[in-house]
Amino acid sequence: MRLPSLNTVLGATIVSLIVGAGLVAMVWTPYDPLKLDFLARLAPPSAHHLLGTDEFGRDVLSRLMRAATTSVWISILTVCASILAGTALGLVTGYMRGWTDRILMMFNDALLAFPGILLALGLLSVVGANMYGIILALGLAYTPLVTRVVRGAVLSLKEKEFIEASRVLGNSESFTMVRHVLPNCIAPLIVLATSMFGWVLLAESALSFLGLGVPPPAPTWGNMLAESRTYISQAAWLGIFPGLCISLALLGINLLGDALRDRLDPHMRGL
Amino acid sequence: MRCAIGLIRICGVFEMSGAGLLEIEGLTLTVSRIGKEVVSDFSLELAPGEIVGIVGESGSGKSMAARAIMRLEPPAVSRRGGSIRFDGKDVCAMPQRVLRRMRGGDVGMVFQEPLTSLNPSMRIGSQLEEGLKLHRRIAVAERRRLILDMLGRVGLRDPEAALEAYPHEFSGGMRQRIMLASVMLLKPRLLIADEPTTALDAVVQREVLDLMLQLTRTNGTAVLLISHDLPMIARYTNRIVVMRQGRIVEEGATGALLEKPQHSYTRQLLAAMPRRTAKRGIDHSVPPLVEVRDLTVDYGGRKGFLRRDPGKRALRGVSLSIRPREVVAIVGESGSGKTTLGRSIAGLVKPSGGSILYGGHSILPGSEGWPDYRLNCQMIFQDPYSSLDPRIPIGATVAEALRHGKALSAAEKHARVIEILGEVGLSAEFAKRYPHELSGGQRQRVAIARALVRKPAFVIADEPVSALDVTVRMQVLDLLTRLQERHGFSCLFISHDLSVVEQIADRVVVMRDGAIVEEGSRDAIFDRPRDSYTRRLLSAIPTLEGNPEGGVRLVERGDCRNVIELPA
Repeated sequence: MRLPSLNTVLGATIVSLIVGAGLVAMVWTPYDPLKLDFLARLAPPSAHHLLGTDEFGRDVLSRLMRAATTSVWISILTVCASILAGTALGLVTGYMRGWTDRILMMFNDALLAFPGILLALGLLSVVGANMYGIILALGLAYTPLVTRVVRGAVLSLKEKEFIEASRVLGNSESFTMVRHVLPNCIAPLIVLATSMFGWVLLAESALSFLGLGVPPPAPTWGNMLAESRTYISQAAWLGIFPGLCISLALLGINLLGDALRDRLDPHMRGL
Repeated sequence: MRCAIGLIRICGVFEMSGAGLLEIEGLTLTVSRIGKEVVSDFSLELAPGEIVGIVGESGSGKSMAARAIMRLEPPAVSRRGGSIRFDGKDVCAMPQRVLRRMRGGDVGMVFQEPLTSLNPSMRIGSQLEEGLKLHRRIAVAERRRLILDMLGRVGLRDPEAALEAYPHEFSGGMRQRIMLASVMLLKPRLLIADEPTTALDAVVQREVLDLMLQLTRTNGTAVLLISHDLPMIARYTNRIVVMRQGRIVEEGATGALLEKPQHSYTRQLLAAMPRRTAKRGIDHSVPPLVEVRDLTVDYGGRKGFLRRDPGKRALRGVSLSIRPREVVAIVGESGSGKTTLGRSIAGLVKPSGGSILYGGHSILPGSEGWPDYRLNCQMIFQDPYSSLDPRIPIGATVAEALRHGKALSAAEKHARVIEILGEVGLSAEFAKRYPHELSGGQRQRVAIARALVRKPAFVIADEPVSALDVTVRMQVLDLLTRLQERHGFSCLFISHDLSVVEQIADRVVVMRDGAIVEEGSRDAIFDRPRDSYTRRLLSAIPTLEGNPEGGVRLVERGDCRNVIELPA
């Protein structure tokens, strides 16, 4: 086995740092991220407040950590939801073909035609801006993509002789689907899930930035970035640190995704 | 090497040519990263106009050695030692510019895959013109004349129209002809043909090779023919080089080498050629086990909102019966409907007409006899690389067949799996391995085990050995014959390879365009073919007749002179 590349190590480190920070923040943060301290308004980074404080004197590091919890949690749930729904739909449409396939894929393609964020915006204005609303909206926005990928994998797998062999043995269609088709879709799904994790994180930040995310005072990277705009000339760190968090998270996830793709994609295997 | 030169001297054919056209000495190629030698100490001399065949199984380094002649070896492979001289000039020391002039201009190459060796987005005309523009200084009108002339010579019916056509408009055989035309257009002095017809049907294969030989002979082009197909090499070459694991194990004039093979591996290769076995007695008084009556299958028929494609009729009223313990072979070219017939008897394709009877009862998915038929009819597929689920260990793959039918405990199932694995020659430890850890032959053994684990009465084998190397093919075929005799199942053996069929079948059915053209006992079909199409099929494959010294003699078969042209 070869040693993992630098990119893989870097990606894995960044992602585990962010997920780790999110986990730690569930039980401990340096300060209460919601506690106001007017004596320390807009304090620059120092030994007391490592990353400074915001306009209400709240500790930026603590807020960033708590925001990581929210973002990671939302992203994980959203990705899981759309992977589950998309896989089920993809399996059904890919395996059944015929009218079921045609009608389901028509809806799917219609949804796919909307940019994900636009669809989420529309849905959020209906279901209301809260954490589960976001998960529902983003999940729905990204499901069609999963359906497409799984359906494609199923269609190519169906041509394989081992699927026919399973039918000749007398196995039912549903057994064949679960036992032979689904496990062979896992590799592309893992790759897709990793990239989706990044997209959802970015979309969630964008929604928060627009004020449609998790409602304040709960911190998210997006709403922290939005609030920082007013004070950008006096307290640049307010904008820099959430922005850095978003960029770093995306970089890490993409590096990790590439590494996984190299590892799991059968076309790249053996090179 | 010395021996080969001696033989040529005796033949006296190439003596006048003096210096060789191609001289390879001690060529050694290694995979740079792991240092593994893929070609070791390879030496070969080629006189102008000589036709030499390189035979070897996959991985023997034959393609790599040939590619090195044009310095086309993959970047991961590097030359460790030896020299290659073409026309007295050192190929390895050539600057890129000279090398490019040599490629195509002096040395032409025909590849295996006719479907991918032509650029799909370029018209045939401009594709053929490319080489002429690059290597020859001739006017446009003259180029056109040369191309038209060459396309006519390779047998294209309408060369003018072909100039404007794209590769996808031609069949595989036609594309290989066009490929050949594009190479021969430049009148190279050496033609390297790397498995040029492996992807083609037997009849087409013969036509393309005959054409290749005819073209090279008129131009005095030397040919290096690379293949795993020994009878084919034997038919067309003056001299044969046998390679194994990167080394030349034997080399000599074709007739002499075949007659008195010196090396044990050559003998092993020759012994792996299928031979006719003794005729077996089949009881014709018992009722047939499987009967097919007037089976028709239509494909396509894509229904749109407004239109309806008529589709394509793949089987046109095929009737067939298979008795207990009988092996019936179906032969035919690709597109003859033989695979469709097998798949519809296996219940994978829904017939649009006719009936299939098993033990006298009609079976259709959902009918009363269906579950029993499903238990008793099994299938062995062609491609051992796609017929096993890559994510499931061998043991579980085989055990899956035991889910149905008689209920067995987990221990009983395990015991049965180990037993059948033993029968196909795999030890119990294979049960835990995954398909990718197995070789092609071993995978096909697993596929056979999966088909036989339930002790079916009827097995359909769809080209079960055509994806395997010669010696492995022999082993798997022997295994199948042995198991068939032991368990006495009936077998429908689908194959395009007549030599394999000759060894295994009791009865042969010849199919063409979805219908049966001739049917009879094996000996009748092979010795006294009545239909012209059968004769044509037979003439495409030479047979090797064994002699007591472990050697063989090439025997032409069928009526070669009276080949009837196929309609378009």
